[in-house]
Amino acid sequence: MDTRTFFLYAVAGVVLFGIGFHGILFCRNLVRKVLALNLMGAGIFLVFVALSTRAPSGTPDPVPQAMVLTGIVVAVSATALMLALIRRLYRETGFTELPCDLED
Amino acid sequence: MPLEVDAAMMGLVCVPLTAALLVFLTSTRAVAAWTMVTSAIQFGLATWLTYGVLHSGPLQYQIGSWTLPLGITLHADGISTLMIWMTSLVGGASTIYASGYLSALRRGSKLPVDARLVPAFWPLWLILWAALNALFLSGDLFNIYVTLEMVTLSAVALIGLAGRERALVAAMRYLIAAMTGSLLYLLGVGLMYAAYGTLAWDRLGGLVQADGPTLCAASLMTAGLLVKTALFPLHYWLPDAHANAPAPVSGVLSGLVLKGSFFIILRLWLYIFFPLLPIRAGQLLCGLGMAAILWGSCQAIRQQRVKQMIAYSTVAQIGYLFLIFGIWDGWETGLAWRGTGYFMLSHACAKAAAFMVAGSLMYAVGTDRLEDWAGIGRREPVLVFAFGLAGVSLMGLPPSGGFIAKWLLLNAAVAGGHWMPALVMIVGGLLAAVYVFRVIAVSFSDQESSQSIVPVPLALRWPPLLLALTMIVFGVLTTQPIRLLEIGTPTTAVAEVSP
Repeated sequence: MDTRTFFLYAVAGVVLFGIGFHGILFCRNLVRKVLALNLMGAGIFLVFVALSTRAPSGTPDPVPQAMVLTGIVVAVSATALMLALIRRLYRETGFTELPCDLED
Repeated sequence: MPLEVDAAMMGLVCVPLTAALLVFLTSTRAVAAWTMVTSAIQFGLATWLTYGVLHSGPLQYQIGSWTLPLGITLHADGISTLMIWMTSLVGGASTIYASGYLSALRRGSKLPVDARLVPAFWPLWLILWAALNALFLSGDLFNIYVTLEMVTLSAVALIGLAGRERALVAAMRYLIAAMTGSLLYLLGVGLMYAAYGTLAWDRLGGLVQADGPTLCAASLMTAGLLVKTALFPLHYWLPDAHANAPAPVSGVLSGLVLKGSFFIILRLWLYIFFPLLPIRAGQLLCGLGMAAILWGSCQAIRQQRVKQMIAYSTVAQIGYLFLIFGIWDGWETGLAWRGTGYFMLSHACAKAAAFMVAGSLMYAVGTDRLEDWAGIGRREPVLVFAFGLAGVSLMGLPPSGGFIAKWLLLNAAVAGGHWMPALVMIVGGLLAAVYVFRVIAVSFSDQESSQSIVPVPLALRWPPLLLALTMIVFGVLTTQPIRLLEIGTPTTAVAEVSP
């Protein structure tokens, strides 16, 4: 892969990560937050894949790709847990946003 | 290397994982008993590993003989062994406590746990335990990420068992904060691999250079871990999450889970990045630590609910751990290093004991509002005594593990001329005394509480006392933990190679 393609992938990854991070900080709806976390994850995976082509030997390095596979497994489990919690929270309270302040 | 100790390292990860699967499949009434057997095995294995590391130095094991970068290395040095032993001690006490807590629930008491979710407790707890052990043993940064995620996911699910709105909101907030933190960490791991071609922390230490990508990776990883460790001002998720979880879970979260992410910060900074990072960065962390001590203690004093108070006390105690980066005196003197290691051990035991006492008294009285605990000390002297002992360690009074830890940290600060951290440590101890004595004073006040008091079962009464007494023992017998902490530090590694 030539340098321009590498930068295209790496920069796209970083931009995705940034959009996701913005979403985590500023979206209030919980499902949007889950999507934002997944965007961040996808951005990181793109950066990993782009970096794996920069191995000194010239052939793509398999180790970052193995990490991406593991990372996808982790992301799927975390997304499942988040969605389950959101469903439970919705059933208990009827809200899909986190309250700003908790008072009892 | 003796083969037997390798078996202990593998067992510490595999036994709780296997047990978690079996417990998940069986889900009978005997599950609590099986988990206790597993805890006993864990304690045995951890003691065995400690013995092995004390006698033959740091150990490494390649799982299935696969070498790096594709294989997984388990690496046990002094600090990780101490953490594993601490996990098995606090974990064992929590298992006994949890069995009492959950069977009290089955008898229909008003504890804040959703009864339908009880069968999920044991497998989640065992997975959390396996993940913590794997985290402490991980030899490379990517496996640390995977184990960190296992810890987070099982911890969040355990908080969610409380099932009420407050606990669910707290669990959700914790999960989002922790996931964001892990993703920041993961991006840093990717940059490190691209720059150096390896992720083994013991190799990276000799390779790193102070260039752009490395500093960027170091900042990303540190920022992610700071969110997970809840250093002020990133602690916003902690008090609700720890206070609304079921009591055995709260103790494990404050005592062990936070130590997991702090342990990684120690690994990154002291073993990999410390020589390159500007002194300002260390001072920034130390400053945030001081702010955490003052802010957390003042908030703890203001709380009306005891569990919330103990959770804010955790925010403060996390601050002490970060003082090491401002008062660092090198590996040779090692006062800051030993003090911080000892602090992690003593805080884990003391905080778990405090949360357990709060849970038991909540069972007895029905609430954890401090004013409802008036006069409880005459009805439940053992529990209030255990709380007092844990409080002695939190304040840092002798004879307790907390005292030894603070003494070492104070010595390091004064010897290096760092007056601000020293002053804040002393003020922090006084503020801790205020909130601990507030609870003790109410417990022994003359007024009787209007609440009816239920007698507390044995399993809810003795585990916290056991942990608190262990902390007193470590205030007297300090040689072994200190010796353990010195094994496998960079200086001793160099000293072993040079002759």
